[in-house]
Amino acid sequence: MSKESILTAIRRGLKRGPLPGDQAAMLRGRLAQHPRQLIPARSRLAHAEQVALFVRNVEKEFGSVARVAELASVPGAVADYLGAQNLPSRAVMAPHPELRAIPWAERPLLEIREGRAEGSDAVSIQHGFAGIAETGTLMLPSSPERPVTLNLLADTEIVVLRASAITGAYEEGWDRVRTEIGAMPRNVMFITGPSRSADIEQTLELGAHGPRRLHVVLVDDMQ
Amino acid sequence: MHIATSPAFKDNAHAALANAGLQKALARSGPSFIARRAAAVAGLPEFETLRDTARDIKNHALANLDFYLEAYEAKVLESGGKVHWCADAAEARQAVLAICRAAGAKTVTKGKSMIGEEIAINDHLEQHGITPVETDLGEYIIQLRHELPSHIIAPAFHLNLEDWEDTFRKAHTDLPADRQFTERRDVLIEARTKLRSKFLAADVGITGANFLIAETGSSVIVTNEGNGDLTQTLPRVHIVLASIEKCVPTLEDATSLLRVLARSATGQDFSVYTTFSTGVRRSGDLDGPEEYHVVLIDNGRSAMLGTDFQEMLRCIRCAACMNHCPVYGAVGGHAYGWVYPGPMGSVLTPGLIGVDKAGHLPNASTFCGKCESVCPVKIPLPKLMRHWREREFERHLSPGGQRTNLAIWAFFARRPGLYRLATRAAAFGMGLLGRKKGRFAKMPMAGGWTGGRDLPVPEGDTFFQRYAKAQRAGIGA
Repeated sequence: MSKESILTAIRRGLKRGPLPGDQAAMLRGRLAQHPRQLIPARSRLAHAEQVALFVRNVEKEFGSVARVAELASVPGAVADYLGAQNLPSRAVMAPHPELRAIPWAERPLLEIREGRAEGSDAVSIQHGFAGIAETGTLMLPSSPERPVTLNLLADTEIVVLRASAITGAYEEGWDRVRTEIGAMPRNVMFITGPSRSADIEQTLELGAHGPRRLHVVLVDDMQ
Repeated sequence: MHIATSPAFKDNAHAALANAGLQKALARSGPSFIARRAAAVAGLPEFETLRDTARDIKNHALANLDFYLEAYEAKVLESGGKVHWCADAAEARQAVLAICRAAGAKTVTKGKSMIGEEIAINDHLEQHGITPVETDLGEYIIQLRHELPSHIIAPAFHLNLEDWEDTFRKAHTDLPADRQFTERRDVLIEARTKLRSKFLAADVGITGANFLIAETGSSVIVTNEGNGDLTQTLPRVHIVLASIEKCVPTLEDATSLLRVLARSATGQDFSVYTTFSTGVRRSGDLDGPEEYHVVLIDNGRSAMLGTDFQEMLRCIRCAACMNHCPVYGAVGGHAYGWVYPGPMGSVLTPGLIGVDKAGHLPNASTFCGKCESVCPVKIPLPKLMRHWREREFERHLSPGGQRTNLAIWAFFARRPGLYRLATRAAAFGMGLLGRKKGRFAKMPMAGGWTGGRDLPVPEGDTFFQRYAKAQRAGIGA
């Protein structure tokens, strides 16, 4: 085990021994307070404008957005999207209480399975924890109700996001993780648009290893 | 281990200049990186201020690195993971192999990791009967071609579509021989299909880390393809390879660094997937790894602390320096002869493999300063390259002719009167000799210089003479 020798080498380089108690306490304080640095002005907006900025940025990054007035309209929006894209009406869905509360049965042609995604799933429906307006980014912390594979394995990922969950900057998302979830989730994904690669001749091609399509169904719950 | 060809930089560079395929790739891709970064920076008025923030965060983290690494390890343990401290590449290779063996691994998927290249982990696993599969598209073709990456974020920077077709036809012999590769998309789809089964079958997934976070014990990866996430999510065991200087204090600190990373690298506002991984699958989770190992590697970093080169440890591997470098733009990445090319490689490589082997690299710079001006953490790369040149000179590693010429120049430079006299005589003499043609096509002892260009003939006066004349005429006042 080289731990002690590495720490000793670091301290030798820094020309000091282990940090004195008061300095270590100061650093522990910084960790506990996790101060923010500069947050860009672009997302310092009224909420309705943050929602509009989020939508613009998702579309700029080759994602798509459908806005609906209430949760009850989600199944229709999902069915319409799948139909328009010529995709099968079959999806694997996150077992999240908010998604379960949606009246899917009103769309009997939509075949929905709950759970994690497998390699054979073509469409996934994920629960959106937060939307970051700054760059049109979805923030998706993992949990039993929000499996990570739903973000990765299906060709098409549909994320149901409440407008009230849209914030300006990433830092506001972190604050929500700390207050609403507590301990750091095993996995927190920030997703900005569908998968892509520019490795072939440095030219962008959509649809690398992750989803080829990313669609956000945005529920206007702020009225 | 990768055998460094850095000592042969001059020959490598000659070969690169004569390589038509490489020159085609460089001409196509260089300008697009520069334009994309410029557009992203223009879209964020706070970018310059954020560069200062990014520099300060990394400086703070490095000044307290021992504290933050211990805090980080405590959090990793708390979340069910394990940290393997490794002093050098050999220890890191052993640690990875031991984890893979304990997991009974046959195949290992890999996300792109420069430290993985540095410790040559793929060769080591292969030698011990474990098959590593690179999953980043660029790394995948590099592995098929048994090459090193030629760029730290675009490993296949040097290849053209015809190279992709050629390599895929040779490697994927199970697919119909008459299939068409008419566009880039065809390559992408074939790779996606080929790799999907590898993702699902792998026993262990190995990724790198852009940051380690002391506050939470998280490792962060940034990708556009999603390959890194499939690599760290699907197999039962996740191994993170990270060098010690990746550690930053908090989620907020990492977030500020991420704001400058993607913009500096690919010119995106944010990469498609930015993922924070913390420990093992939690109770009730339906997916995620059951084991989480961090192989924490020093391999020469701690020895840079407290030296002229400490500032290099701020590097966040965005590649902006090489994207803007005229030397990289002329010869590409392979000429540098080891893992890290471009200006950051010219500073880092001598520190990691020795200035005796990599001394040419810090000399391969025009000192135009573009690299420093785009660096998101403000590393003074030209200054650090100059430090390496000094070290090389002090250790008598530079060639004899160069040393003699420098000694002659220094003799005159220390005697200003003599210097002026000599330059006046030389300007006058050369003026006489070359007045007819106006230029010299060849110069004794400077064949390397005049091989590619002519030397204009001095017009009679020296700079000092002209300056004095201008002063007298009141021009420069």
